[in-house]
Amino acid sequence: MHFLERVRSFRLKKRDPEISEKIVEKLLFILTLSSILIVLFIIAFMFKEGLPALALGREFFLGMIWYPPNNQFGIVPIVVCSFIVGIGALLIAAIIGIPAAIFLAEYSPDWLRNFIKPCVELLVGIPSIVLGFFGLVVVVGYIRDTSGGYGECIVAGWLILAVMTLPHVISISEDSIRAVPKTYKEASLALGATQSQTITKVLLPNARSGILTAMVLGMGNAIGETMAVLMVIGNPEIPFIPSSVLDPARVLTSTIVIEIPYAVWGSMHEHALFALGVILFIVVAIFNLITTAVIRKGAKER
Amino acid sequence: MTVKEKLVILGLGAAAFIAVAALFIVVGYVFINGIGVISWEFLLTSPYRFEYGGIFPQIIGSLCLVAVCLLFAVPLGLASAIYLAEYAPDNLITKSVRFFVECLAGIPSIVIGLFGLTFLVYYLDFGICMLSGGLALGFMILPWTIRASEEAIKTVPKGHREASLALGISKWRTIRSVVLKSAYPGIITGILLGLGKAIGETAVVLLTAGSGLEPFLPKSIFDPVASLPVYIYMIGTKGHTSAAYSRTFGASLVLIAMFLMISIFALYLRNRYTRRMSKR
Repeated sequence: MHFLERVRSFRLKKRDPEISEKIVEKLLFILTLSSILIVLFIIAFMFKEGLPALALGREFFLGMIWYPPNNQFGIVPIVVCSFIVGIGALLIAAIIGIPAAIFLAEYSPDWLRNFIKPCVELLVGIPSIVLGFFGLVVVVGYIRDTSGGYGECIVAGWLILAVMTLPHVISISEDSIRAVPKTYKEASLALGATQSQTITKVLLPNARSGILTAMVLGMGNAIGETMAVLMVIGNPEIPFIPSSVLDPARVLTSTIVIEIPYAVWGSMHEHALFALGVILFIVVAIFNLITTAVIRKGAKER
Repeated sequence: MTVKEKLVILGLGAAAFIAVAALFIVVGYVFINGIGVISWEFLLTSPYRFEYGGIFPQIIGSLCLVAVCLLFAVPLGLASAIYLAEYAPDNLITKSVRFFVECLAGIPSIVIGLFGLTFLVYYLDFGICMLSGGLALGFMILPWTIRASEEAIKTVPKGHREASLALGISKWRTIRSVVLKSAYPGIITGILLGLGKAIGETAVVLLTAGSGLEPFLPKSIFDPVASLPVYIYMIGTKGHTSAAYSRTFGASLVLIAMFLMISIFALYLRNRYTRRMSKR
């Protein structure tokens, strides 16, 4: 081929819009893969750092004493505290959040709903550190004044965490109550059932899976929450399984934040803290997987 | 309606009221206790001797961290959203991308902080600095930018795209000049909401960016940087004087004000946008 012709054909090819389109698509695809890459890196690095402690086996998973100066890393009391704090907070959030969701979905006039909804959305975003400090000054202060002791305790953690999970519980429950077909409700009312009977016998049972999803998601959030809990929960030097709701406690997240500045890099202490991170990651991931599975099932049924 | 029915409604309404009250009590309490310490001197000087002085480096530091975070998360998030909404075939790879985005959104912030500490600070050897903190924050809000942008892109009516393609305009050009142009308010709303999340995040920044009390401004992205949330944590938990308490509330007030401004602007943008869309 003549040289000039080859140049011309090359330039033609370059102008061909198909190719630049393909390049753009491939580029976007590669950038999209970054999310996968980040998650895989997180998993890999967390396990790499946590492995030496996870490899302790029974001593780590079933050990009752967490005392780094003695190289004792038993996580049982910390995990138990995490669940106690998470479950309690969730119950409080549910007791307030589900009725609130029913009100928003069924009874609230539009103007009131347009006021409450943005407030609930803003509540999600109040920085957890601010909420924690508020809890430290107000809630912990109140408990200290009324019941003595330091005031930093499980109840304080419940209350502050409940405020943090409440918005999630309200939004998801409201959506699932709204998703119950209107005809169900009308049929029930037409049969002469009262409003409250309709709610308890028709709306709530039909919205059950959505509300359970909200609970599971809220549980994941509550256990993974760090700063707010850390500031009000007390964090005793040696974690123990609490015997009263006014006892201080030590949860997974607060242990990591408090001890990581003192842990020597590469020591077993540091590995143990990363192993706590791995456990936290797995627990929260399980909760999230349940949530997405339920949501997906619900979407298929509809 | 019987009295009993009315009582039930009242009870339900009271529950909803608690959620609203929680917001106003927290914000109100912080406002009342924090407003006294707010002055130009507090906002524009550096802290000294732990709990004295102002919070200027903390404010600037928070803004710098968020800027780095957005520089990382927005281009990546937007590219992913465009791909997922416009190009992605319905196959295993797309499904797994969506799955991993969900995973990333669910990872607790403290785990992202730990990852930032081992990967960015030690493995890549960035050290405790603005770059590490910003990138770790970026990992955290990336899924939110992807989701919000994808939602916004999907609300653009199909007809717009088809009209543009029918005029012989290439797909990428259509996306750039038709789809993104009408989706941008939604995208910006999503980014702003992510920004609100990032600016109040403490655990990630605490482990990767600095001690929060640095009395100086960062000179490069490899300098440790102070930030408002970490400052609140340090002063609030370790200072026990009244000066420390009032400064913590002052800093909290500044942080809440920043967050509220961002969120209210985002909600306003979204409302205006949805109203415009529904008018069509």
